[in-house]
Amino acid sequence: MADARLVATARECRVQIIRMLTHAGSGHPGGSLSVIDILTALYFGRLRYDPTRPDWPDRDRVVLSKGHAVPALYTVMAKAGYFPESQLITLRKLGSPLQGHPDRTMLPGIEAATGSLGQGLSISLGLALGLRLRRSPARVYCILGDGEIQEGQVWEAAMAAPKLGLPMHGLDNLTVILDYNKIQLDNFVAKILDLEPVLAKWQAFGWAVIEIDGHDFDQIGKALDQAEATVGPVIIVAHTIKGKGVSFMENDPEWHGKAPKPAEAIQAIREILGVGDAAWDGHLAKNPGTRALVDELRALEKK
Amino acid sequence: MPAKASRAAFGEALLELGAKDDRIVTVDADLSKSTMTAKFAKTYPDRAFNLGIAESNMVGIGAGLALAGRIPFVCSFACFVVGRFETIRISVAYTNANVKIVGTHAGIAIGEDGYSQMGLEDIACIRSLPNIPVIQPADELETRQAVAWAVEHQGPLYLRLTRQNLEPVCPPDYRFRPGRWLVLRPGNDVTLIGSGGTVFNCVEAARLLEADGISAEVVNAASIKPLDEELLLRSAGKTGHVVTVEDHSIQGGLGGAVAEILGEVLPTPLKRLGVQGFGESGDAKGLYAKHGLDPAGIAASIRKFLNR
Repeated sequence: MADARLVATARECRVQIIRMLTHAGSGHPGGSLSVIDILTALYFGRLRYDPTRPDWPDRDRVVLSKGHAVPALYTVMAKAGYFPESQLITLRKLGSPLQGHPDRTMLPGIEAATGSLGQGLSISLGLALGLRLRRSPARVYCILGDGEIQEGQVWEAAMAAPKLGLPMHGLDNLTVILDYNKIQLDNFVAKILDLEPVLAKWQAFGWAVIEIDGHDFDQIGKALDQAEATVGPVIIVAHTIKGKGVSFMENDPEWHGKAPKPAEAIQAIREILGVGDAAWDGHLAKNPGTRALVDELRALEKK
Repeated sequence: MPAKASRAAFGEALLELGAKDDRIVTVDADLSKSTMTAKFAKTYPDRAFNLGIAESNMVGIGAGLALAGRIPFVCSFACFVVGRFETIRISVAYTNANVKIVGTHAGIAIGEDGYSQMGLEDIACIRSLPNIPVIQPADELETRQAVAWAVEHQGPLYLRLTRQNLEPVCPPDYRFRPGRWLVLRPGNDVTLIGSGGTVFNCVEAARLLEADGISAEVVNAASIKPLDEELLLRSAGKTGHVVTVEDHSIQGGLGGAVAEILGEVLPTPLKRLGVQGFGESGDAKGLYAKHGLDPAGIAASIRKFLNR
């Protein structure tokens, strides 16, 4: 079953997110864990790409506008074959192409530099328009953070998108996904600058809006199908849980931008794998790969 | 050739180049009549995009178009487009998107509209970004060549253009090249470097100085970044005195770039002429006189600088 494969892939990616952030000693686990199911659904079954030809003109594009969640993107890119999974732990290290926020020039497969929030939607509009101008079948997927859409440039782009390129080159090839995890750096979004009514805002700007659970692969898949069949740009508002999969990270603004300590990372991985505390030692005895990962993280404790 | 604004020469050149290369597109923010892309938009309506008064989005869409293989000219007044510095910094420069940023209405020479419409800090801002050349042509011929080069050049760049008409200064056989300046008039006592709208005034100032027995070497510095280090050092070594003249803030522009090189490589007495403080409304001639950028003002500054 396709869904079981996606669930398993996303689980492996979550483990790698925890691993790489622990090695890095800094980074953004909360938003990486909220967006990883969406990225998994895109990269394993949806996008047309060839990791051996990252500059293939007709590849589908992903612009991760919420660039701080790039650890999640790196994990799916590694699985997709853009670079070896062993490179993930070079995240944020001197000389690594895995920069703290995406760098297009250093890592083939990254479509745009992002991380200065609010810019990715405009870039995606231009990409979608440029692809339509040369009759490419490629699609553009732009992932926005919820706090990010407090930026004014997002609404300049939102106002432009439904009309851009018409009548000949309307943006039927653009799908935007809002990772609505309800938390930004300082606090809950509703406490900083509430976005609600967020669906009505996008509708008022002329967008087709689809609302889903961003951790349900069935719903993600159907929404992406529906977006492809829609004339004009579509936004999928994906309700997600910040820190999804790790009990002590979920729904806690503290875990927006803080790396786990090795002991926390090991607990997080145990929870992601769905293993109870009592069964953990038995699980490790039977799973040498996980055992090695736990040993690797424990060794960091001593550094 | 009659005098022509570099924005007008740009609009004409783009129209011609657009006929040969359908990758060329324009992106504007409700100023296409002023940036002179309106004719391009009328001729190629499906390749011209007016985003409304939303310059950040304009810059970002330009970046996306470039990443999809188009050659976008992203146009507004210099102050408004470079005012979206953070979007230029990340979406264009760091992304290395092949965007041609065009800032028109450079300097106090726009006159009556006053400071809020004057591009006076744009060179300083863009010059600080790692991979964006800064080009400011001085007349119609040079503008046409700079626009043609912009299409050929792989990578972002910034083209700074004037609202006001510019008298021709370059010889008919001139060929624009990035990183190369042009000696318009050889001289021995002082190196006088202008760019864009000030070049003609530098030539006129040199004529005035000649009457006083001062021989000024006049240089047209269209390529502000990269600058022509070889020509600068050769001329400065010969004359021993350097004066820069620009319609831009006295900080961080042409004068700043020249000071950086001379200070490090060949310390030479330097006088920077440019705009101090904010601009203001007035007629262009009066403003140039007030800021000492007219021929008489430039000549007076040089006499004082040389103690002659």
